[in-house]
Amino acid sequence: MIDFGFCISKSSHIMMDDIDLKYFNKLETLNPDIKTCMSCGLCTATCTAGNFTDMSFRKIILMLQRGKDKEAVRLVKKCMMCGKCMMLCSRGINTRNILLSITRIYNE
Amino acid sequence: MNEHRILVIGGGPAGMETAYQLKNLGLNPVIIERSDKLGGNLSRWDRLFPTSEPAEALLEKLMEQTKDIEKKLNAKITSIEKENNIFHLKLSNGINYKADAIVLCTGFDLFKAEKKQEYGYGIYNNVITNAELEKYFKTHNDERINEPKRIGFVHCVGSRDVKVNNTYCSKVCCATALKQACEIKEEFPEADVYCFYMDLRMFGKGYEDIYLKAQKDFDIKCVRGRVCEVSENIEGKLVIKAEDTLLGTPMKMTLDLLVLMCGMEKSKSSNEIQKMLNISNNEDGFIETRDLFSGLNLTKEKGVFVAGACTSPKTLPETLAEARSAAMEVFNYLGFQDVRN
Amino acid sequence: MIVEGKQKIWADYQKDIPDDHYFYVRSCIRQSFFPGSEVTFLDITRNKLGKDFYESAYHTTCGGIAYHSDSIPQETAMTIIARQFALMHESGYENYVCSCITSFGCYTETLETWHEFPELEAKIRQYLWDSCKKDFAKPKYLAHASDIIYKFRHEIARQAKYKLVNVKTGKPLKVVEHIGCHYAKMFPSKGFGGAEYPHVLVGMIEAWGGEVVDYPERRQCCGFGFRQYLIQANRGYSLSNTYKKFESMEAYEPDLIITNCPGCPYFLDRWQYVIAEQTGKTYGKNGYGIPALTYEEVAGLVMGYNPWDLGLQMHQVAVEPLLEKMGIEYDPKTKYKGINNKDLGTPINPINIRLQ
Repeated sequence: MIDFGFCISKSSHIMMDDIDLKYFNKLETLNPDIKTCMSCGLCTATCTAGNFTDMSFRKIILMLQRGKDKEAVRLVKKCMMCGKCMMLCSRGINTRNILLSITRIYNE
Repeated sequence: MNEHRILVIGGGPAGMETAYQLKNLGLNPVIIERSDKLGGNLSRWDRLFPTSEPAEALLEKLMEQTKDIEKKLNAKITSIEKENNIFHLKLSNGINYKADAIVLCTGFDLFKAEKKQEYGYGIYNNVITNAELEKYFKTHNDERINEPKRIGFVHCVGSRDVKVNNTYCSKVCCATALKQACEIKEEFPEADVYCFYMDLRMFGKGYEDIYLKAQKDFDIKCVRGRVCEVSENIEGKLVIKAEDTLLGTPMKMTLDLLVLMCGMEKSKSSNEIQKMLNISNNEDGFIETRDLFSGLNLTKEKGVFVAGACTSPKTLPETLAEARSAAMEVFNYLGFQDVRN
Repeated sequence: MIVEGKQKIWADYQKDIPDDHYFYVRSCIRQSFFPGSEVTFLDITRNKLGKDFYESAYHTTCGGIAYHSDSIPQETAMTIIARQFALMHESGYENYVCSCITSFGCYTETLETWHEFPELEAKIRQYLWDSCKKDFAKPKYLAHASDIIYKFRHEIARQAKYKLVNVKTGKPLKVVEHIGCHYAKMFPSKGFGGAEYPHVLVGMIEAWGGEVVDYPERRQCCGFGFRQYLIQANRGYSLSNTYKKFESMEAYEPDLIITNCPGCPYFLDRWQYVIAEQTGKTYGKNGYGIPALTYEEVAGLVMGYNPWDLGLQMHQVAVEPLLEKMGIEYDPKTKYKGINNKDLGTPINPINIRLQ
C-alpha cells in the first residue's frame, strides 16, 4: 500500500442501523425505569466521581443507546457507588442498580 | 337584546364556542364559514391530547351547542364596511348582514411542509405530516403507512425557524408528537419510534404525563436534535441525519416513515378580511391583539374581536376559553356591562 | 421518489438569464485539471450556438482560493473582483459569466455584501483606483457557465451526435450529478433549482438522455475544502468525504458523474485512485472507476467532439468504458497525443484501479 501521508477516516456519524442493542434491551428489561431518563444532568452534577473524571450517568445511558458500549463501560468503572445520584434523580431512577446491571450484562 | 347581531367569522372550535356563548348571553350570533361545514381543523383530527379523547366527541358537542344558531356556509365575504359603529358585510351570493360587532375566529393553517425542502415532503414517498397521520388514524387508509418498522417524528417543522420566517413556538406540536408516537406504537407494537425534539414543551395539564407514558409504556425514544436532511436509499427507505445533541454526536438512521410536526401559521383566508377591517398582523404574522394581557380578545378596531388560533398558536382548551371570554367582551362592549372599549 | 415534487421546486428556482453577450472568465485551476473544458465551452457557445462570449487576456484569478484558505482578507478578494468587473466594463460587456463555482460564490457574496453595505463597495472602489487606476461597474447579470449550458441544453440536445444512453442495451445511462457547494448553498436563490434539489445538472442529464441517480449522500460536499486539501496532513478529511459519497452511490451502479465545480470532479476522479490504493476497492465495473466529468466535457461528448480533444485522457479514471457505452468511437493510439501530435507521455498503470 502506498503511503500518501493521509488516509480515509471513519465518519463520526453513528449509523443507528448498524447498532446491536441486544445488551441494552436486556438492561432495559431488568431496569425499565431507565427509559424515563430525561437527561436533566442531576446525576452528573452531583456525581462524586464526575467532579474529577468524565464519569456521567446520563451519558452512560445515552452511549449505550448509541452503541458506544466500550466507552460507557469505561465510565462505569469510575463510579464510587456513593448513591448520591439515586438520592436526587427526579425521575426516581434506580441508578445504583442500573450501574450494577451494566457491569454484569456488559462484562458477560 | 336579540336585535344585537354579532358576526362570528370562522366556524372552527373558536367560532362555534363564541357563537354558543353569545347566544347564551342573549345575543344573536351568525357563524360565517367559508367551507361547506363547521369544525375547522378539529374535523381533521382523530384524537386529542392529553387524554386521547376522540376529536369527534368534542366536535359533536360543539355541533350540538350550535345547532340552533344561524350559520352561513360556503360564504365568501366580498366587503365589510363600518358606519356609525355598525358593520355592513356583503357575501358573494348577494346576502348582506348588518351587525353590531364582529368576532374573528379565522384560526390557523398548518405550515406547508414542502417549504422545508430538506425534509423532502412531496418528494420522498414516506414523509408525511401530522395531519396526514391523524387522517390515517381515522381511516386506516394510507399506502405509505405499511407495517413500518422504524418511525421518526420531527418536532418544530415550520416553527422556531428563521429560515421559514416563523420564529415562534407552535405550542401544540410536542404534545401532539408524543401522542401520535404512542398511538402509532399501539398500531405497530414492534416498531421503533424516535422523536427528534429541541425542547419538549409539555406545559399543560396532563402533558408531562404523556411524556412519561411515552417513555415508560410505549418505549418512545426521544432524541434531542433537529433532523437536518432526509434522503432516500436504493430500497426506497428514508435516510435521516440529525445530531444527538445530548451526546454531541451526529447520527444517521434509516426509517420507514417520517412524520413532520407541522406548526401553525395564521390562516391565509383571514388576510382579506383583515384588510377590509384594517386589522394588522403581529410580528409572528398572526392577528394583532390590543395587548398580551387583558386585551387578548380585542383588536385596535372598536367592535372587532378575536378568539382562538388566529392570534397565536393555541391548544384547544385555550381556544375554547378564549372563545368564552370573547363572548363576554362583546357582551360588555354592547353596553350591558361596564365598557372597556 | 415523487418527481412532481422536485419539479415544483425547480419551477420556483428559475432565473431569467440573458441570451447572449457575455464577458467570460476562466478558472485558475480548471485549465490544468481539465484542459479541454473551457475551450470546449467557448467553442460550443461561439461556434455551435453562435453567441458572443468575450474574454480578456488581462483577467486573473478571482482570489477565491487564497480567500478560502485564509491567506488574504475579504477586502483584498473584493478588490481583485472589482478589477475583473472593471475589465468587463472596459470591454463593453454587462453580463459576467465565470467558469469556476467558487468564483461564482465569491462574486455573488461580494455583490450581496456590497448591496447590504454600500460603504464597503465605496471603499473597494477607492482601493481599486489607488492600486490600478481603474473604475468598475457591477455586472447587470452574473451567471455561472453551467447556467449557460443549462439554458441551451435542449439546443445542444438537438445538435447532439450521441446520447447519454447505453447503445448496447438502449437504456439511459445512470448519472450522478454533483453540484459545487458554492453554486447555491450560500445563496439558494442564485442557482437553478435551489440548493437542496439543484436542477442545473439534472436538466442537462435529462435533456441528453440520461437518468439521474439521487442517492443518500447526494448533497454531501466532495470534501475539497481548500485548507483541508492544500495541507497534506489534512487531506484525509477531503478523501473521507469523497469516500463517503462513493460508498453511498455504489449501490446504484452509476455510469458517470457530472459536476459543475473545479474541485469536485478533480477529487471525485483522483481520490478514486487513492481509495483503490488504500482499500483495494473500485466503484465501476471490472476494476475501473466511475468517470467524473465536467459538464462541458459531457456536452462535448454528446456533441461529438473527439474525447482526446476534450482532454479526457487527463482524468485518472479511464473513460473508455463510458465511451463504449455511449457508442463513441475513439482511437486508443492517440489518447496520449496532444496538439500537433505532441507526445504527452504515458501514465504509470496503477495496480488497484484500471486505466486500460
